[in-house]
Amino acid sequence: MNTQLATPTKPAAGKSGNWLLHILRANMVPLMFLALCIGATIASELPLSFVINELVVRLSRNLFLVISLIIPVIAGMGLNFALVIGAMAGQVGLIAVKIWDIGGFNGFLMAILFSTPFAILCGWLTGLCLNKTKGREMITSMILGFFANGAWQAVFLLGIGTVLVVNNPEIVLKGGIGLKNALDYKFLQYSLDKMVYFEVGGIGIPVMSFIAVAVLCWFTRFIVTTKLGQEFRSLGQDLHIAQVAGIPTDKIRLIAITISTVLAAWGQIIFIQNIGTLNTYNSHEQVGMFSIAALLIGGATVVKATITDAIVGTALFHTLFIVSPQAGNVLFGDAQIGEFFRVFIAYGVIGMSLLLHAWHKYMEAKRKLLQE
Amino acid sequence: MDAGFLLELRNIEKEYFGNRVLKGVTLNVKPGEIHALVGENGAGKSTLMNILFGMPVIYATGGIKGQVVFDGKPVEIKSPKAALDLGIGMVHQEFMLLPGFTITENIKLNREITKHNPISRIMGDSLKSLDVPAMRKDAQKALQTLGMNVDDWLPIAGLPVGYMQFVEIAREIDKENIKLLVFDEPTAVLAESEADKLLDAMKKLAARGIAILFITHRLDEVLAVANSITVLRDGEKVGFMTQEEATIEKIAEMMVGRKIERITTTAKEAADNEEIALSIRNLTVTMPGEMVKNISLDIKKGEVLGLGGLAGQGKIGIANGIMGLYPSTGEVYKGKEKLALNSPRTAIENKLAFVSEDRRGVGLLLDTSIEYNIAMTAMQIRGKFLKSFLGIQAIQMADDKRIRAHALQMIKDLDIRCTGPTQITRRLSGGNQQKVCVARALTMEPEILFVSEPTRGIDIGAKKLVLDLIVKLNRELGMTVVVTSSELGELRSICDRIAIVYEGRIETVLSPLASDLDYGLAMAGKYSTREEAV
Repeated sequence: MNTQLATPTKPAAGKSGNWLLHILRANMVPLMFLALCIGATIASELPLSFVINELVVRLSRNLFLVISLIIPVIAGMGLNFALVIGAMAGQVGLIAVKIWDIGGFNGFLMAILFSTPFAILCGWLTGLCLNKTKGREMITSMILGFFANGAWQAVFLLGIGTVLVVNNPEIVLKGGIGLKNALDYKFLQYSLDKMVYFEVGGIGIPVMSFIAVAVLCWFTRFIVTTKLGQEFRSLGQDLHIAQVAGIPTDKIRLIAITISTVLAAWGQIIFIQNIGTLNTYNSHEQVGMFSIAALLIGGATVVKATITDAIVGTALFHTLFIVSPQAGNVLFGDAQIGEFFRVFIAYGVIGMSLLLHAWHKYMEAKRKLLQE
Repeated sequence: MDAGFLLELRNIEKEYFGNRVLKGVTLNVKPGEIHALVGENGAGKSTLMNILFGMPVIYATGGIKGQVVFDGKPVEIKSPKAALDLGIGMVHQEFMLLPGFTITENIKLNREITKHNPISRIMGDSLKSLDVPAMRKDAQKALQTLGMNVDDWLPIAGLPVGYMQFVEIAREIDKENIKLLVFDEPTAVLAESEADKLLDAMKKLAARGIAILFITHRLDEVLAVANSITVLRDGEKVGFMTQEEATIEKIAEMMVGRKIERITTTAKEAADNEEIALSIRNLTVTMPGEMVKNISLDIKKGEVLGLGGLAGQGKIGIANGIMGLYPSTGEVYKGKEKLALNSPRTAIENKLAFVSEDRRGVGLLLDTSIEYNIAMTAMQIRGKFLKSFLGIQAIQMADDKRIRAHALQMIKDLDIRCTGPTQITRRLSGGNQQKVCVARALTMEPEILFVSEPTRGIDIGAKKLVLDLIVKLNRELGMTVVVTSSELGELRSICDRIAIVYEGRIETVLSPLASDLDYGLAMAGKYSTREEAV
């Protein structure tokens, strides 16, 4: 089945010999980061088993969020910076189970159930906004994310204790209004990760979390092979032509962004159940940026993203996260430099990818013009 | 009711914002017939097709008057989907194909064959899986009907243009209920051999009982395949003929024929004046949709030269190329001096001025006052209307007093209707915006003035004023003017010579008093071939 979502790749470079060059060129970004990761890992002098262990944990925790980005890309809506909003919806579910004090896997399921309607609503509203700003989805979704952060604070910093009465001194600030900065989720931690859990050579494997990711991968692949998926792909190629073919483009776009938002909500719940604490006002902030950076590092672009991109990218991005402070410490005597470096990488790669995309589009237009 | 017709359009009228583009058009198409629809740009062909295809633009602007009868039943086609349901298909001029999809996927776009899977049984039809083998089988069948042997699983990107056209047709005939196919200038992008194949395919389809409505500028193609021909002009049906009655000359004359009111009584004796103001040699301009291919042309001093031709043939590209707005190659001499191309600044410095066809985009700073719009170019290029700041020469400030005085003079001279020189140009009517553009060009004191589509989007009264103004500039100030316009009548009323552009080349240069027949043939690119034959 043709699930090659990319815009047509350049005609395969000549015969023998050139194919290597072709592969190198097609995968330049991930290969560059691979080299960087290997270098930084060696420089950090960290034991390999530690790095791998950390990496497995981080993969199980972040992959779900990263994969939730793929469908909007297929549908031509670019990178969904409004992932932040989905994450917030997930946190609504988490806060609810905290208030009701439901622990363990039941709490986890309850959080998922409770967050889903919020996520659908938020996704749908986001979609309405994006339908009004076609062609500028990415900047719109980014600003929507900032706006939603304000709304979040209004609800949980001002609303709790005034409009929503919560009698739980453990989570409410001393004045009785607003949630505390950090909420403890020990009662929920590892409820998914450690349901089925074993160690292989000192490396812990959270089986259920990876099964969740596998199901999501399968679901993403499956949806591409359906009628709905075909419509996503048509939209991604040319909105106008899709419309002329009678596809209800606005509705399909709404569906795409809603799916992404719901998946992001679930992804955030998986994330927090691993971490074990919720930074009420910060946890969601970086979700969009970091997930997008991870996806791009894997070789995805604004118009093309695959599951492989997501997995490779997440692995590379988080390896860099794990080793760079220590590498900075060893190389420059200051962990902070490694920290700076990885923040620089995260934002830099997003900027670079957007720039490359714009340049590519410009060259394409020029080439077309000259062809006439 | 005459049961013999598949499609009947009765007295169709359509207005866009008070501008009547269709004035009671009647059109009848029989099943299995190839019916050609010919006419100049703006004759109403596209509007008619949009009505037939239920494009949203029609109903967003107030709908139509008249009756559409399809297959014996009066119908109202309010959306493209309604048109599809009736069995009306369209082969678009610009391809409606997704480049990254395979041929099959394009043919079956939004009509995919699907089958149930366990999830779709619960979640609904939109999650049904695609039945790719069945889709490919259908696609193969449609392609074979057209006599096309190609792997149906190739992506569209990279196929030759002719193939794309056929894929588009295959998509239409794959629709089971297809009864009427509209071809909107299908051969415009094809090479001659490809075009021949396409015409063959059209005949084949007609033989299977599908009615075809064929819109084209190429009159020999019309004669080759059409069973009957309807000619539109200015939103009116001006003629209908069958294949036997038709000749190229007859169609050409009908297309163009109209009353000409010359503003100037005689063509000026420009021919006597052999001094060349601007000489263009081998000019090629890369302007999307208006490509100019290797044009050579002399513009005589003191004449009004018209550049005419159908839209998309390249006439607009000429002025844009000379003025450096689009990449161009070739040589342009002003007198003895060679002008550097691709540099708007050089062109303006050499006393060429341009009133762009894109008034609101290129022509005006819409949110800036009239006076600044008029003075802007002169300030930038000529250093006019500037004064030094506290006597320091390096700091040049706008000299508001002189700008104001000049603007007031221009407003008076050109009769620009406005509340004052500080009004922003966005608020002006089309005609007055055009006058501001002209005023700006005049401020440059040009020797040669290029005016593109001076009357586009302007109401009739204002049209006359703008044309009068052009004539006045030429006659009283001795300015050489090059007018580019899609409206032939307009060119013929003010120009001394008219060059007709066809497919990026100059087809011929005609006197404004030449016959309708000559103009019709020239616009259809048949003038030179006929001259050779005579």
